[in-house]
Amino acid sequence: MTAPPTARAGAPRRVALMITCLADMFYPEVGERIVRLLRRLGVEVTLPAGQTCCGLPLFNSGYHDEAAAVARRTVAIFRDADAVVVPSGSCAWMVKHEYPGLLRGTPDVADAERLAERTWEFSQLLVRGLGRTEFESAVEGPLAYHDSCHLLRGLHEGESPRVLLRQLKGAQAVPLPGSDECCGFGGSFSVRLPEVSTAILDKKLANLEASGARCLVACDAGCLMQIRGGLLRRNSSLRALHLAEVLK
Amino acid sequence: MSEPIVGTPLRERATQALGDRFLHEALDIATTKFIALRREAFGDFPEGEALRDRARAIKEATLQRLDAHLETLVANIERLGGHVHFATTAEEARQIILDIARRTGARIAVKSKSMATEEIHLNDALEAIGVTPVETDLGEYIIQLAHERPSHIIAPAIHKTKGQVAELFSRELNRPGLAADPEVLTKIAREELREKFLQADLGITGVNFAVAETGTVVLVTNEGNGRMVTSLPRVHVAVMGVEKVIPSMTDLAVFLAILAKSATGQKLSVYTTLVQGPRRPGELEGPEEFHLVLLDNGRIAQIAGALRESLYCLRCGACLNVCPVYRQIGGHAYGYTYPGPIGILLTAMLNGPGSVKDLAHASSLCGACADACPVRIDIPKMLIELRRQVDEQHIAPWPERVVFKTFARLLAHPALYRLGARLGRTLQRPFVRDGRIRSLPYFFGQWTRTRDLPPVAARTFQERWRGLS
Repeated sequence: MTAPPTARAGAPRRVALMITCLADMFYPEVGERIVRLLRRLGVEVTLPAGQTCCGLPLFNSGYHDEAAAVARRTVAIFRDADAVVVPSGSCAWMVKHEYPGLLRGTPDVADAERLAERTWEFSQLLVRGLGRTEFESAVEGPLAYHDSCHLLRGLHEGESPRVLLRQLKGAQAVPLPGSDECCGFGGSFSVRLPEVSTAILDKKLANLEASGARCLVACDAGCLMQIRGGLLRRNSSLRALHLAEVLK
Repeated sequence: MSEPIVGTPLRERATQALGDRFLHEALDIATTKFIALRREAFGDFPEGEALRDRARAIKEATLQRLDAHLETLVANIERLGGHVHFATTAEEARQIILDIARRTGARIAVKSKSMATEEIHLNDALEAIGVTPVETDLGEYIIQLAHERPSHIIAPAIHKTKGQVAELFSRELNRPGLAADPEVLTKIAREELREKFLQADLGITGVNFAVAETGTVVLVTNEGNGRMVTSLPRVHVAVMGVEKVIPSMTDLAVFLAILAKSATGQKLSVYTTLVQGPRRPGELEGPEEFHLVLLDNGRIAQIAGALRESLYCLRCGACLNVCPVYRQIGGHAYGYTYPGPIGILLTAMLNGPGSVKDLAHASSLCGACADACPVRIDIPKMLIELRRQVDEQHIAPWPERVVFKTFARLLAHPALYRLGARLGRTLQRPFVRDGRIRSLPYFFGQWTRTRDLPPVAARTFQERWRGLS
């Protein structure tokens, strides 16, 4: 690892990991990579107990009272954290963008706003929070970055992951045509209109093939579930990995 | 006169559209082109972002005092010798226009492209009283010949390939063996339409903007047909949603600077037609009578409603072009007058939230629509709001509500969540092969029919955590 010897001033030294339901249940190795990486950068990682899900699936389907109840307990769980890292852009967006609104008019709104300010999506934490941009590649390239919708258009973050991939040692990053287009996951959309969801996915996979990359990199477990699910089903030799699985 | 084809479920309509090879080809080519042109147009226009904010602010402010702006508009149009009619419902709007048609003794009505007249299903009503409506926008002309409805707000025949149009013209216009050459086909349409322009007593248009301070109705078109419709027939009827009023000519300049760029990537449309009342003494052209129909049809209620922002819409179609769902299924599968992301909101505005209980979910909430919208309408936020209303009013199917309420329970109690993980691991056992799930029964098959599913990990991250410290 070739990260600069000192992190930037004001960088968080202690970070609470919000593992998210998808990473917890389906991609625990992503969480492990994040913990190891952050520890190597000298960051202390904690895992506040009792985590479930950020409530985004409830919120997006219109079950807002239920989503607010989930938001309230998540805010309480992370109340004492100096900084929070989330491995998915969509969950980070939920916390940063929707929690304060959901809890408006309740005693928890101040805590929700504080949590929103202190929450980082993983690539953002590395680049903008810790000022670390130089890593070695854990996989063989070429790599292509897929923008997850909530990270790009919700949190306006397309640069941090690209900086990391551009500066990656040992693997080349190549552009992905239509990188800013949805992969077709969309939570419950993927099972409400599975045919449409799959048609959108097919386009993403065709673009991946056209890019010449061996591996697609994303910062959202939802997109990965969709894209990886599609690649496996098609017996493709291409892979889809979380950014944390690529950095070493 | 009722809304079309909603007998078939959305999913079926969408799947049918996915299977249409021609539709797919036509949509892919057209939307890809529109996206590139729009990007280019704004790329060359550094003022664009600030003007978008400005345009949005104008729409916000105008809606705050909509009544005052409409009063000014009405006063100015009447001062110019025009007539203004107010229609609360689509039915009222139709009756107003039919009365005018009857009084005019019109046999043929030429129309320039208008979504508002689509919204009130005017053509059927005109035909029923013996007036032949003739669409004169090329795209509208094509779909009228094909007895279809527009599938895009600005490109109504976007779903057709040029080959299909050549076949259609050959058949319907009795000109066998036409080549699939846009230039040839356009020339034929032009010949056919020229006659109609000269015969028509009634010209019907929509309205892109109505400038209150001057009483000017503004039409943004590309083919020149708008100019013919507003100047040749004896009577001109313009139909506009009440939200199309803007205060001043200065405001108009702001909108014109971004509308065509968002729609087609043009700096300006080929024609910007400004109509100020009927022909005045000494003028050589223009209609003898000018009527403006102000259409409410559910709009005014939304000024203070959850769909308020959708009243900012300029009908540019940019949100359709970038929508991954629209790009796959096209406009007809949506089943109502207005397709695409904004169309779902407008459908709910016109027909109530119950009409979009499925459509509200025809979006991955990717946000590309809000990004492309010239006035930054937060479409995903309102789609979620519609989903909330559908849930609150118990319009959502009960099994779905049970699933989500159970899921919510699971997320509120970590012990239940952990139990859920254990249960998942047990139940998935018969289905896991080589670390992947290729097929699941019941509801889960919706996923596994086309995609593998990862199994629940043998140990969740939270179960592994202790080993990590």
